[in-house]
Amino acid sequence: MARLGSKIILAASLIALGACAKKAPEQLPPPPATEQPDTGDQSGVGTAPVPGSQADFLAKVSSDKIFFGLDQYDIDAEDQATLSSQAQWLQQFPNVRATIEGHADERGTREYNLALGERRANAAKNYLVSLGIPASRISVISYGKERPEALGSDEASWARNRRAVTVTVQ
Amino acid sequence: MGIFSLSGTLIAAALLTAIQPAAAQLSVDVTDESGNDLIIAIPAMPTPQSAPTAAGTTDALGRQVAEVVASDLRGSGLFRPIGPAQVRGITFPEVTAPQFDYWPGTGAQALVQGFVRANGDGNLTVGCYLYDVALRSELTRQGFVVQPSDWRRAAHKCADAIYARLSGESPFFDSRIAYIAETGPKGNRTKRLAIMDSDGANHRFITNGQAIALTPRFSPDYKQIVYLSYLNNRPRVFVYDIGTGKQRLVYEAQGATLAPRFSPDGRTILFSMATGGNTDIYSIPVTGGSPRRLTTAPGIDIGGSFSPDGSQIVFESDRSGGQQLYIMNADGSNQRRISFGGGRYATPEWSPRGDLIAFTKMAGNFRVGVMTPGGGDERLLTNSWQDEAPTWSPNGRVIQFFRTSQGRGGTSSVWQVDLTGVNERKIPTPVDGSDPAWGPILP
Repeated sequence: MARLGSKIILAASLIALGACAKKAPEQLPPPPATEQPDTGDQSGVGTAPVPGSQADFLAKVSSDKIFFGLDQYDIDAEDQATLSSQAQWLQQFPNVRATIEGHADERGTREYNLALGERRANAAKNYLVSLGIPASRISVISYGKERPEALGSDEASWARNRRAVTVTVQ
Repeated sequence: MGIFSLSGTLIAAALLTAIQPAAAQLSVDVTDESGNDLIIAIPAMPTPQSAPTAAGTTDALGRQVAEVVASDLRGSGLFRPIGPAQVRGITFPEVTAPQFDYWPGTGAQALVQGFVRANGDGNLTVGCYLYDVALRSELTRQGFVVQPSDWRRAAHKCADAIYARLSGESPFFDSRIAYIAETGPKGNRTKRLAIMDSDGANHRFITNGQAIALTPRFSPDYKQIVYLSYLNNRPRVFVYDIGTGKQRLVYEAQGATLAPRFSPDGRTILFSMATGGNTDIYSIPVTGGSPRRLTTAPGIDIGGSFSPDGSQIVFESDRSGGQQLYIMNADGSNQRRISFGGGRYATPEWSPRGDLIAFTKMAGNFRVGVMTPGGGDERLLTNSWQDEAPTWSPNGRVIQFFRTSQGRGGTSSVWQVDLTGVNERKIPTPVDGSDPAWGPILP
């Protein structure tokens, strides 16, 4: 996939890429809204999220997460597509900052996994910066293996936990 | 003279006389895997006169001291104690005049007798005597004056004296552990800094769990704990002062600081700092100042543990692709790889004796093992799904680590193993535990 330097992204290609789940676990990821506090519009069911809110972010981007291979931190084509959709949203709302949370699976030692999560979060950040998002808008934090999303001790769960999650700072 | 003098808590007991050097017929061998443990009788310790203290009556304490001595010795894996519940009590005059005609019938090869006496000033004196049953002779005696609340320390010191006399090794029971107490669901665990005695007693939570706490290490004088805290949602290294309950940031960095360690003299802190995804090891004076960067390799250089003389550091790095162990001089020079077996190696900890390095080996299961500083003689001591993060007993003969079980309900607990790998046991903690860090022997 070509690097998307422009502000204009082809939504169709994103959807297509998003559907090809390379490292994506076999199980479906849980509803993303359970991951972060919904700081968006709480006024009622059926109303569109407030533009620029976390709920709006989750509704508009192809995913708030990218996934990594075992001990890996590279940003592959699928990750690029996800991050590009995030970059597009972030460019729409230039006053919104974001934190990227880096995570590792449980099959590593605690300290190394903290460093590995840091490395993954930075890889995601660097890609967003390459798409024109100012580095000053993006902070990173690693949780290592301390905050798994999938709780099983199996390959599918570990694949879901090797992730970088973009959370808007409202 | 086997009398300990301690700052404020244990004071030299004047009544005890010099040790008689005895023919060392009885001994235990820390490298013995045969399971031929030495049978040692430990009757309840009598009191010359039962008296109330802040920790209970002296005769109740006499039984408890004997129980702790028995528990310590059993936990070392070298002894088969016959504790106060299994042997008859003794009278106070018997303490220094054992009934050598009686004890062989119990099967005991060694005999520990002692007493607990309330002093007029509110302190206790605990006497501790070790006898060779077959030779009908005294091997060692020690006495300790303690505040009643410190009675367990007197018991640990007694067990240490027996262990040291019979094994020829340095003592280790009278020491403390810092660790991470864990509660709550796997996906959102509360992780609190906590401390306890080496046997799990005198447990105390230090942090309240609002911020994730990880990877503590005691300062050599036990006055401070350096650890990682997610205070204000930023993972950084703090020094917590046990006396004041206050903590301070070790270094104000833009990125994360993690994996802190004290130097053996307590004057330097090693830590790792992540900058743009690259993690390197730094050292900084405990008193503050500018950090000195010790590693520059691209990739993750992390952890680190000083040799006992402070001249070298063993650390882990993935510069070769996967995690492996490396040694460098304390100034960062002469970095060289020491682990070459299959699999990944992590969390190296240099033994206080200097002769071995403990590590986590990841090749299928996660196992705790040891190798020499030259990288030779690798031996794996545990085999479970996930054992990691070894820490050494003060005498370099026992290792604690944490064990995690699989699955959604997976939990962590603190375990202990000796260097034979045979004597493995769980350390009791009030809640789940991880990241044990063993401090030095208490003075």
